[in-house]
Amino acid sequence: MGLLDTLFGRSRSSAPVARDRLQILLAHERAGTDGQESELLNTLHSEILEVIKRHIPVDQDKVQIKVDRGTSVSMLEIDIEVPALEKKKLREVR
Amino acid sequence: MAKVLVVTSGKGGVGKTTSTAALGAALAQTGQNVVVVDFDVGLRNLDLVMGAERRVVYDLINVIQGEAKLSQALIRDKRVETLSILPASQTRDKDALTAEGVDKVIGELREKFDWIICDSPAGIERGAQLAMYHADYAVVVTNPEVSSVRDSDRIIGMLDSTTAKAKSGGKVEKYLLVTRYDPGRAARGEMLRTEDVLEILSIPLLGIIPESEEVLRASNLGSPVTISSPQSPPARAYFEAARRLEGEKIDVTVPTERSGLFGWLFKGRS
Repeated sequence: MGLLDTLFGRSRSSAPVARDRLQILLAHERAGTDGQESELLNTLHSEILEVIKRHIPVDQDKVQIKVDRGTSVSMLEIDIEVPALEKKKLREVR
Repeated sequence: MAKVLVVTSGKGGVGKTTSTAALGAALAQTGQNVVVVDFDVGLRNLDLVMGAERRVVYDLINVIQGEAKLSQALIRDKRVETLSILPASQTRDKDALTAEGVDKVIGELREKFDWIICDSPAGIERGAQLAMYHADYAVVVTNPEVSSVRDSDRIIGMLDSTTAKAKSGGKVEKYLLVTRYDPGRAARGEMLRTEDVLEILSIPLLGIIPESEEVLRASNLGSPVTISSPQSPPARAYFEAARRLEGEKIDVTVPTERSGLFGWLFKGRS
């Protein structure tokens, strides 16, 4: 298979990877440079973090907020990574 | 009415100066009065690529600071009489380039020329900002490679926000010029395809310049490729791009592995 790939140039097809990486990166960067949008995201970030922190210890970098603006539908994506909670601790915060 | 065009990219080494010289010479060969202006203060190179390096007496900074008249600093090309170059300063600090100074010089150039082509320095700092500030048109020079495309995206954002046109509610007309395009590598999937770059940056395509030894040969000789070897594939692509800048609606030739002469047609977006 390795030989076939080399013969047909499949393994060297890196351009689609480049395209996909760029599309994801630029979607993120464009949202970040838009003044109003980035202010909204910053506010959301700090307020959401504040609420979560009241109940669960969470790292600031582990809260990711993204807005995808579409023509008909926009999506607000909030991704929060929490540390694995011990049962005891969980009971405490409850 | 005079048109101000900025050749810009963000990233260095993608072919801004080569493209400025080649497009300037192509437009001038149609009989229009063209000036190419070097904005790279401290790292000038347009004079060298144009073969005018030994004829520089005064430069852009001298004119801005009132030490020379514009007519003293302009160098007329020896091969195409409607083509002139305004060199940048090699010795001065780039802070000598002021917004008021650039404003005044562009204003004066608008009275003398049909096309004012500004060769932007790399980066997004003041030099690049001033080079694009007065632009009516922008040619965004991009290599089919990830870092170049990312930087071009940033520059497009700046063209839409920090230029005189943007501030007065208008828009700079932006075009993509893909340079150093290697048809063989693109066909084998080793290089971003022009369609991918277009889709990501979503500005209309001005042309695709194939990677060619003729381009290096031209800069060795100090002659824009559209003067030194006008029949070569890169020169043909630049001539096509110049016609498109003039508003002609012609299809973009995509260079192919067979030296780009048998290009298939690819419809440009507009």
